[in-house]
Amino acid sequence: MTSPDAQPPSLYAAREPIFPRRVKGHFRTLKWWLMGVMLAIYYIAPWLRWDRGPNLPDQAVLADIAHRRFFFFMIEIWPHEFYFIAGLLIMAGLGLFLFTSAAGRVWCGYACPQTVWTDLFILVERWVEGDRNARIRLHRQHWDREKVVKRAIKWTAWLLIGLGTGGAWVFYFTDAPTLFFNLINGTAAPIAYITMAILTATTFFFGGFAREQICIYACPWPRIQAAMMDEDTLTIGYRPWRGEPRGKQDLAGNGDCIDCMACVNVCPMGIDIRDGQQLACITCGLCIDACNVTMDKIGKPRDLIGYLALTDETAERAGKPVKSVWKHLFRPRTILYTVLWGGVGIALIVALFLRSDFDVNVTPVRNPQFVMLSDGAIRNTYELRLRNKFGEDHSFAISAAEGSPFALSMDGQPETRVLVPANETKTARLFVTAAVRSEAAGQERTELRLWIQDLGPIGAELTNPDRAHYDTVFYGKDD
Amino acid sequence: MCAKRVKDVPSQVETTGHVWDGVEELNNPLPRWWVWVFCLTIIWGIGYTIAYPAWPLISRATQGYFGSSDRIAVADDIARFDAANAPIKASLVAADLAAIPGDEALKTFAIPAGASIFRTNCATCHGSGAAGVQGKGYPNLLDNDWLWGGDMAAIHQTITHGIRNTTDPDARYSEMPKFGADEILDATQIAQVVEHVLKISGQEHDATMAAAGATVYAENCAACHTEAGTGDREQGAPNLTDAISLYGGDRATLTQTVNNARFGVMPPWANRLSEDEIRAVATYVHSLGGGEAPPAP
Repeated sequence: MTSPDAQPPSLYAAREPIFPRRVKGHFRTLKWWLMGVMLAIYYIAPWLRWDRGPNLPDQAVLADIAHRRFFFFMIEIWPHEFYFIAGLLIMAGLGLFLFTSAAGRVWCGYACPQTVWTDLFILVERWVEGDRNARIRLHRQHWDREKVVKRAIKWTAWLLIGLGTGGAWVFYFTDAPTLFFNLINGTAAPIAYITMAILTATTFFFGGFAREQICIYACPWPRIQAAMMDEDTLTIGYRPWRGEPRGKQDLAGNGDCIDCMACVNVCPMGIDIRDGQQLACITCGLCIDACNVTMDKIGKPRDLIGYLALTDETAERAGKPVKSVWKHLFRPRTILYTVLWGGVGIALIVALFLRSDFDVNVTPVRNPQFVMLSDGAIRNTYELRLRNKFGEDHSFAISAAEGSPFALSMDGQPETRVLVPANETKTARLFVTAAVRSEAAGQERTELRLWIQDLGPIGAELTNPDRAHYDTVFYGKDD
Repeated sequence: MCAKRVKDVPSQVETTGHVWDGVEELNNPLPRWWVWVFCLTIIWGIGYTIAYPAWPLISRATQGYFGSSDRIAVADDIARFDAANAPIKASLVAADLAAIPGDEALKTFAIPAGASIFRTNCATCHGSGAAGVQGKGYPNLLDNDWLWGGDMAAIHQTITHGIRNTTDPDARYSEMPKFGADEILDATQIAQVVEHVLKISGQEHDATMAAAGATVYAENCAACHTEAGTGDREQGAPNLTDAISLYGGDRATLTQTVNNARFGVMPPWANRLSEDEIRAVATYVHSLGGGEAPPAP
């Protein structure tokens, strides 16, 4: 089509305000539950306690940045074990691929914080200002007393929710009850207040005013997620072959859609699902609920708008039976994602159970590779890094493998024991000497296995001491 | 330019005329708030250049309203750490030298601090790994062979005053005569005494010459290096019987050493490092593997 005489389109467009109408139905109920559960987890988690003994924090979920520890119930992660976090992120990514290829943008529609908080803000908005029509009226109204009061109440409520959101966030990083008390009496760290202020402002602004603009313009997910869908992915769609032509029911030849606009009025993104699958659709399912209410009223079958895949369209148009939901869900692609996701998960769990409560790292000092002593013996130096993850002080004995020709020493003493305080890392210098004219002293490389035995807390004899080994290399004077 | 404007059929949005692989670019309007955010970033940018150093001038950049300066921030950081470390430094200075390696708290502070001071001041000659330069006269500080002693007090003394320098009157001083160059010994005698030194250090040697060399040694060298050749730390005379030779223990090098003598110099550090820094670096050197206990009284 050409329109040579039309005005050039504006380069900029104002946001069209959206006033989602209230709706009841399966998906709305599901979304209320999900919102309740997810917000409850978010707000309650930092207050859960978990006893870890006297030397460790008792907060169940805690990212202790200052001491570089991450606590999650019985799991304690040290900085060098960050691969667990990396593994969880890989699982989160694969999980997202799985859900998206199976059921489209379910993350966007049900679980994304932007969606959940916007939903909560719209709920507050409706409580204060009424449903869609009342809100449209108020929007067009001049700034009279009613509007000022209602807006003030709404914005105050939003601000309080924002404050709660930012407030709950900071509790994940330090002891929640202490921080709560400190926040109240003004003695908390400035970073806590700054973080709260930023999160309060972003929650208030994103949930109250930016809403769908974040999803459409700011968020990369819609683009990425669309790339993970295929013709078998279940997404929300309108069945034009059933609905069109839209119009009055009593006119012969019209489809099931009576053009009541219910699906458009409930949409938090302000789109018309009947235009087809589109970038702005977050697949929240509310249009399905709205349409089903109408279909029930006019006595037509439900699901004029519903979850369907592209392949269903051809089948339905041809009047053939459609694939079952299970066939859409279990496809090679989703099964592959599930297997990968489960594989990473199992690997992480195995790694979690295999790791011991102490950990040793040996760094050979290679500047210089070896030192010749005055009697001609050759000595190598190793930096030991011992991590004691027990809740109490433990000492560790270092030894070479049995029958080894090496003499070990530390601090000039043949006694090679290191006391590592509870939950700390300690470094020690270990000297390994090969006697003059011994084989190890005269050849370039000799394999060296160091054993680190946990001697337990001072004064307590361990019946079955745990030990770990570390393989390294001894360099001799090869001439 | 764009004579006819074409609309995309499904969306009824005008296209820009750009097509890639059959995908048309729609000419959707930008959201207006986006334009406002763009303007805000410009205003923010202008404000930023007023608040912080930004515009280059001829001799320096504008200083900014807040007077922010990385240099001042670093100076403040250093002052803050100095203040925080003041108590431990004071106890390091007050401590008995010999007791420092056994004191966990002092050691924990002094070794890393000393390592950093070492890398800045000492590594030029002694190497970043403290292994010195073999055969060039820069002593290896990792082994257990010391010219002037390896206990805390001796190391501290060496660092404070240096060795054989003319700047510090308290520097320990010793000088080996140039036996060849000053014609104290003739070439045969030097060859003989070298064989003797090769013998006492356990290397291959000519037995007849070494026997003759023993006499030359007793008359000329034993005063400093002792009868047995084990050296004398009081005079900085090296042990000639062990496996370590500062300049090399082979026949050619030994001949050169006896002919021309050696004169290793270390500068005094008392005027460059503070007492706590000297003690920290002494503790670090002591911890490297050759540290000795103080001699029994």
